[in-house]
Amino acid sequence: MSVNSVFPQLEQLLPRVSKPIQYVGGELGAVVKDWDDTVVRWALMYPDAYEVGLPNQGVQILYEVLNEQPDVLAERTYAVWPDLEALMKENGVPQFTVDAHRPVKAFDMFGISFATELGYTNLLSALDLAGIPLLSADRTDDDPVVLAGGHAAFNPEPIADFIDAAVLGDGEEAVLEITGIIREWKAEGSPGGRDELLLRLARTESIYVPRFYDVDYLPDGRIQRVVPNRPDVPFRVSKRTTMDLDAWPYPKKPLVPLAETVHERYAVEIFRGCTRGCRFCQAGMITRPVRERSITTVGQMVKEGLEFSGFNEVGLLSLSSADHSEIGDMCSGLAEQYADTNVSLSLPSTRVDAFNIDLAQELSRNGRRTGLTFAPEGGSERIRKVINKMVTKEDLIRTVVTAYSNGWRQVKLYFMCGLPSETDEDVLEIADMAHEVIRAGREAAGTKDIRCTVSIGGFVPKPHTPFQWAKMDTPEVIDGRLRMLKQAINSDRSLGRAIGFRYHDGEPSLIEGLLSRGDRRVGAVIRRAWEKGGRFDGWSEHFSYSRWVESCAEVLPGFGVDLDWFTTREREEQEVLPWDHLDSGLDKDWLWQDWQDSMSEFEQDDCRWTPCFDCGVCPAMDTEIQIGPTGKKLLPLTPVNNLRVPA
Amino acid sequence: MVQRLRLRYAKRGPLRFTSHRDFARAFERALRRAAVPIAYSQGFTPHPKISYASAAPTGVGSEAEYLEIGLQAPVDPEQLRVALDAALSPGLDILEAVIASEGSLADRIDASRWRLELFEVEPKAALAAVAAFNEAQEVLVERMTKQGRRSFDARAAVVRCIVTEEADLPSGAMGVPCAIIDLVVRQVTPAVRPDDVLSGLRVVAGLEPPVPPRVTRLAQGSLTAQGDIVDPLDADREGAGIGGR
Ligand code: B12
Ligand code: SF4
Repeated sequence: MSVNSVFPQLEQLLPRVSKPIQYVGGELGAVVKDWDDTVVRWALMYPDAYEVGLPNQGVQILYEVLNEQPDVLAERTYAVWPDLEALMKENGVPQFTVDAHRPVKAFDMFGISFATELGYTNLLSALDLAGIPLLSADRTDDDPVVLAGGHAAFNPEPIADFIDAAVLGDGEEAVLEITGIIREWKAEGSPGGRDELLLRLARTESIYVPRFYDVDYLPDGRIQRVVPNRPDVPFRVSKRTTMDLDAWPYPKKPLVPLAETVHERYAVEIFRGCTRGCRFCQAGMITRPVRERSITTVGQMVKEGLEFSGFNEVGLLSLSSADHSEIGDMCSGLAEQYADTNVSLSLPSTRVDAFNIDLAQELSRNGRRTGLTFAPEGGSERIRKVINKMVTKEDLIRTVVTAYSNGWRQVKLYFMCGLPSETDEDVLEIADMAHEVIRAGREAAGTKDIRCTVSIGGFVPKPHTPFQWAKMDTPEVIDGRLRMLKQAINSDRSLGRAIGFRYHDGEPSLIEGLLSRGDRRVGAVIRRAWEKGGRFDGWSEHFSYSRWVESCAEVLPGFGVDLDWFTTREREEQEVLPWDHLDSGLDKDWLWQDWQDSMSEFEQDDCRWTPCFDCGVCPAMDTEIQIGPTGKKLLPLTPVNNLRVPA
Repeated sequence: MVQRLRLRYAKRGPLRFTSHRDFARAFERALRRAAVPIAYSQGFTPHPKISYASAAPTGVGSEAEYLEIGLQAPVDPEQLRVALDAALSPGLDILEAVIASEGSLADRIDASRWRLELFEVEPKAALAAVAAFNEAQEVLVERMTKQGRRSFDARAAVVRCIVTEEADLPSGAMGVPCAIIDLVVRQVTPAVRPDDVLSGLRVVAGLEPPVPPRVTRLAQGSLTAQGDIVDPLDADREGAGIGGR
């Protein structure tokens, strides 16, 4: 049975909404296949607006990996803005894919990529618009299997009722394995329907199917245990790790949008994983071990990716890009190769040290000295020990001053507020640091014309990190500290004038905290918040704190718990955490020890350079650190003298 | 800069929703994809030498958009057309490329011809509305501009507004009536756009199409006394002896 495009109906609504181009597809790199020529069909969603979701590498990679299979079709869908949502409901137009405008409900799999929990309400909107029952329990054989992936899927319990399955970790091999299972099940005539299919997925031991697990609670509200309710599903579900990134050089054909998006560049991941061990960083903990992509594969990907896309910016992506074993050669090699072009290079996520200035100079050879960003994260040396972000104030000042004396005029400093054991003094030291940066910077640059921006956000404890047991500070405490910090920065008029202050207040962080460490009972809160109009919670203009607080007050008392119980309560060692049955490889005892070390301000080294400290990941997941150097260099490119007719 | 080329391109189907800014970004990427030796302006942030003739509004299709590029090395116009067309998404189509002769493109464009498809509108109703519009001396319509809501005349700039013969045909797959209007409008300031004329039809005759009409620009160029439009690239084609195709 073929599936028709909803474009004719959608087309009539588009002149009435803002930025209609985001809904029409037509990107370079997009693939449209005949429905009937394929056997397994995936709809992939980034649950935020197109402008944020399109650049996401995760979705682009899975999209390409899947579409390379001849009998598989993968299309993409994004959250629609409220203006179109209202029109779609009024006119009966379902959630559609942007590639061929097919209704999401018609697909076999509906995979959603959650980089952050703030996309949960948008999941509900999409299900609702798609005509897929919100609750997994209400779905039939006519509905797709709703599958969550991405970092937030490491604790999918808050959305357990709404999804059918979740994949923890890297997706490249997982989506192919799932495809294989569906292909086989379909070939057999779909025996046992949906239930059998979910069972087959669960039996892989690396796909989590929440409905096959029961959660029991203690009288005080804590979890007693989470156990399988069928004999043949595993007690623990483990994460996936794609080893050898050179064997997976995706995206090869990056999607190039017509609409304006947050990032318009060809992004290449230069490694996955991070072993720096910053204790607040979920991404670092759950993506171990470090796996580098080699300098030559990166060079090849950049060349082909730029030729394919026509982008003139390259982003060398990772969690801490300057840590690549051949980052110096990589940057100078690329800078050399693209010296006579308008191609610019950028390194997001770098750490604070002098080496970065050399890199930055390499990257800005063409003369552009835009801002430099550093993330000391904590204001005082003490708190930086607590979070394991090893950088001294002297180092930081020295680095920043080098930047100013080399022509940079603008430096951004990132911090967090509300870290475990934090006091007012820890936060106030940020002001001292910023003052000193400006004072020393003016001297070094010989001009008053330099600026620094202090950007500070609320800390959110995340699952699978040493801070998973920590209590959060209330929004009042956070906002109070931010006010004090602002005053302290402006206490010196002359210095304060050169310092910009940007902050996120405490309220959204508290809700993010609820969603990230919540259990299945939080699902009712998400549903209520969504029913009350909650959408696009990552956007301050759409986020409503009072809506979430009301929703909590309405549904949580029924379970004998409340918002504070999930957020500002410290957990004990013995407590069963909602994600304990989900295995990121990290040994819980190691995490606890790291949490204790943190409170005694004891730092942990990086296992990339120092011996293994037994976090548990490599033995549990049968993985190993993969790093260079390879000793190879990037060769000069031969300039093109002829017009190129892209395929 | 050693060569200037003029291009005609189309915005078709779903990609008619590309805004002018969207197109401009896509076009610059296409120049790089196709390795076109584009010339750059001097200065701290060099810009590729591209200049656009007035662009059709977002959501309006077009068969006749024009732009001019400056090159650092001469190329064969037809090869360039093929390469650029392949470098753009299907729906953004490069239709013609010619070597620029003397004179500016802008000087050769003072009017546009549009086709307006009014789905679910009976041709009879459209005829009556168009007649009322044509009879009026002045038709004041309102539009939101950056300066706020403003009112202006949509009638004077209209050279021709007729319901075409095709309107009698049952309109395609949908099996619903569809009125088709052939419209020629002079380019004036403030610009009178097809949706202003549609507003005008509402003002004079209460014509309110139940679904948004589909609008396509068919031609741009200079207006003859007969109300026809002269292709702005004609002059280049005549002038192009050397290096042309
Ligand atoms: C680029 C980027 C952005 C961009 C673009 C966003 C985007 N759509 O990608 C911008 C600037 C907009 C952004 C914004 C934010 N970001 Co951001 N961002 C990144 C960055 C640098 C790269 C993302 C990326 O493409 N990664 C590479 C891809 C391949 O990884 P991936 O998406 O995880 O996908 C793999 C797997 O997870 C899995 N997978 C993913 N989806 C799915 C789905 C299915 C069905 C399956 C089976 C598998 C699967 O398969 C993929 C391939 O293996 C990462 C850091 C990093 N290096 O990862 C941070 C990161 C993802 N961002 C983060 C955060 C917190 C945010 C914000 C919330 C910040 C804020 N407070 O505003 C917002 C939220 C945006 C939103 N509303 O969605 C955090 C997430 C924290 C965490 N829990 O781990 C990260 C990890 C940074 C960090 N170090 O903390 N971000
Ligand atoms: S097990 Fe050891 S080597 Fe592997 S990531 Fe953990 S600490 Fe590093």
